[in-house]
Amino acid sequence: MADTISFKLNDKPVRLKVDGARPLLWVLRTDLGLTGTKFGCGEGHCGCCTVLVNKVAARSCLLKAKEVNNKAVVTVEGLAKDGKLHPLQKAFMEHDALQCGYCTPGMILAAVSLLNSTPQPSREQIIRGMEENFCRCGAHHRIVEAIQAAATEMKGGR
Amino acid sequence: MNTNDYLALDFKDTTDLFPVSSRREFLKRFGGGIVIFVALGDFLAAQEAGRPRGPRPGLPSDFNAFLRIGEDGRVTCFTGKIEMGQGPITSLPQMLAEELDTPLETVDIIMGDTDLCPWDMGTFGSMTTRFFGPALRAAAAEAKAVLLELAAESLKIPQAQLVAKDGVIFDQQNKEHRITYGQLAKGQKIERHLTVKPPLKDVSQFTVIGKPVLRRDAREKVIGKAQYAGDVRLPGMLYAKILRPPAHGAKLKSVDTAPAKEIAGAQVVQDGDLVAVLHEFPDVAEKALAKVKAEFDIPELKVDDKTIFDHLLGVAPSPNVVTHGGDLEEGKKISSKTFATTFLNSYVAHAALETHTALARIEGEKATVWASTQNPFGAQGEIAQAIGLPAKNVRVITPFVGGGFGGKTRNTQAVEAARLAKIVGKPVQVAWSREEEFFYDTFRPAAIVKINSGIDSSGKMAFWDYEVFYAGERGAQQFYAVPHHRTASHDTPRGGTGSHPFATGPWRAPGNNTNTFARESQMDIMAAAAGMDPVEFRLKNLSNPKIIGVLKAAADRFGWTPGKAPSKRGYGVACGTDVGTYVVTMVEAAVDAKKGTVQVKRAVCAQDMGLVINPAGASIQMEGCVTMGLGYALTEEVHFKGGKVLDTNFDTYEIPRFSWLPKIETVLVEAKDAPPQGGGEPAIIVMGAAVANAIYDATGARLFQLPMTPERVKEAIRKA
Repeated sequence: MADTISFKLNDKPVRLKVDGARPLLWVLRTDLGLTGTKFGCGEGHCGCCTVLVNKVAARSCLLKAKEVNNKAVVTVEGLAKDGKLHPLQKAFMEHDALQCGYCTPGMILAAVSLLNSTPQPSREQIIRGMEENFCRCGAHHRIVEAIQAAATEMKGGR
Repeated sequence: MNTNDYLALDFKDTTDLFPVSSRREFLKRFGGGIVIFVALGDFLAAQEAGRPRGPRPGLPSDFNAFLRIGEDGRVTCFTGKIEMGQGPITSLPQMLAEELDTPLETVDIIMGDTDLCPWDMGTFGSMTTRFFGPALRAAAAEAKAVLLELAAESLKIPQAQLVAKDGVIFDQQNKEHRITYGQLAKGQKIERHLTVKPPLKDVSQFTVIGKPVLRRDAREKVIGKAQYAGDVRLPGMLYAKILRPPAHGAKLKSVDTAPAKEIAGAQVVQDGDLVAVLHEFPDVAEKALAKVKAEFDIPELKVDDKTIFDHLLGVAPSPNVVTHGGDLEEGKKISSKTFATTFLNSYVAHAALETHTALARIEGEKATVWASTQNPFGAQGEIAQAIGLPAKNVRVITPFVGGGFGGKTRNTQAVEAARLAKIVGKPVQVAWSREEEFFYDTFRPAAIVKINSGIDSSGKMAFWDYEVFYAGERGAQQFYAVPHHRTASHDTPRGGTGSHPFATGPWRAPGNNTNTFARESQMDIMAAAAGMDPVEFRLKNLSNPKIIGVLKAAADRFGWTPGKAPSKRGYGVACGTDVGTYVVTMVEAAVDAKKGTVQVKRAVCAQDMGLVINPAGASIQMEGCVTMGLGYALTEEVHFKGGKVLDTNFDTYEIPRFSWLPKIETVLVEAKDAPPQGGGEPAIIVMGAAVANAIYDATGARLFQLPMTPERVKEAIRKA
């Protein structure tokens, strides 16, 4: 059952003929070759597959491809603009806010979504906002610091 | 090329394949340059000594290049170690750059590629820095000696007059007379075989080792370009989903794959017990597999997560005395108070966020497998055996590994991918689902510790009789000054038959989490009975200057003031030693007595790990250990009934989250003159006892079982 799905992916228009019931995660990773979005649990618990849909964090393992029809999707590959890293990407590097790096794309996109809705979050707001993203290596401490630093840098808009 | 670019290139190099019959041949393909081989003498013997169990394959005698200096002046470090977050991708180049006197930015690293890298027993046991590090430094020192010889010849200046610095050799009397490493390597085809350890730099000469350096793989990881095994794409590849039994020990009785074949593009494979559905999209393969109808014979197994401890004690092997001294009967006589205690811990999963994944391609007599593994050379052997190829025809490439913690030392998924690739004649990826990951994980074993101990009327430990079942002896040898003691371990490789209902294996600091939880809880039980502050009690019973130094450093940073537990402050302390490192953690916890929940508000972790290569990396590992350790302390426990694992995802198996995060401070106790020790594991061993002792200090309730779930905390409070 091929559906035609049109959406914006990392600022570029995409038109796909796929079974619209397939999970967005696998359409991104296989059909579109964007492997930055990771599989972690397949049930929406861990947040490794987080992408932005219309600027809001969403679990791509639970989203059907057809649900993003006519929407704007951003994956970790689309975050840097013209080779310039997003302040959160820079902050994660500068704070060593990762170890194995597997949760990192999802962490960064969840943080982008958080800062979209709460530009200057308190430590408690960061913790609440990131609660559903898991990191097994225990980089949480640095991730909180990195988000705080990026929020400060982004003051006044990006 | 700047530092931001070089690592991506490394991995492109290793995934661009060309047929080679041996690593030596491959190294020749690098063209000119200087290649340093290290003879497998003392260095690998040291690794071998630490080798836990399993077969010991013959060591290769010559394909052990450690570094190459190219004609462009770039230096490539080859290591069979892998990067799973623990940081050698940064610390090994630091060691190399230090000894070779080349800028860190000029060092590239190729990791975990069996065709290119020296044989390695695997990345576990905190052995990278301790055992591979010295070999790498020796190779770098040898390379520098070669460069100095070449420079003397080329510049016509006596060697003694030359100085190497930042990738350049110059005449110390006239700095204009200079030549770069790249220039020296040009047109050379030099192979050196190092058999005698060359002199290494003294600590006082270090300019790179000991300086904090940010992770070198961070850029790739934040832009989504870092490749893990599941991210490798080959033309024509298929994704496989494999039929799994509902319980361990279940046997396939009948299977009907016809309904799966109705899905367009699905290919079904049946090879003995291996039943798989393959498709060009993994999600479609999964959908098709769900249509397979299978019946299994499930063995009747009564044991579950509650009865397991009695079961294990019933089938326990006889003890092996690890250490003993003095006379226990004499110790009992001089004791004024004695304590008989039993501690338990449940099975714990590794739960790395990247599940076991591999992509296999077989072309003629050559197999190439990209695998998420902590043990690429082990995988090479396992794959070779499974598909009937000589090991040298199997190349295992290890991209970035998305967490291991000891769980990626077996390579079942790589063997599955290779078997399927051989059958279908196309590249095949096997990536386990989270449910498969929980089912096939080699759990940290459930374990029991029984301690009998006593103190005399002055608060001195009089005797210590310690028995550990199934955790193993790592960390069981206590370091307190007790005159009469015995430590015994009941264990057989992998538990032995009839013990665990599923696979168990090493879990970050194997054994030591169990042993340190028991020992340090017992210390606090005795301190409370003696009416002494837990830190004061430990100091009274310690003579080891290392652990005393670390304990004092932790107390100082924490601001520990003496108080007899339960002081209501919620303070907890635990000491430990693992892989040569001494560690003390102090926490402050709040307990909600009604709900039974525990919130660790603050943690101070102090560590003496000898010479620290990368203080930034060491601190991250300590923070990671504190955070991850809260999981096995508070929630992590595998639920099962017979051979059926009831936890299938993170909804019931809870790992630490942001809201658990304490304020973490780390202290590195300076010990520059001691050789570097382990860093990825030690700090996790103390978390169980530090939290248990904090709960006692807050409530007066003693917890004897890990994890300390709300139910167990409430139960302990009721009994207190």
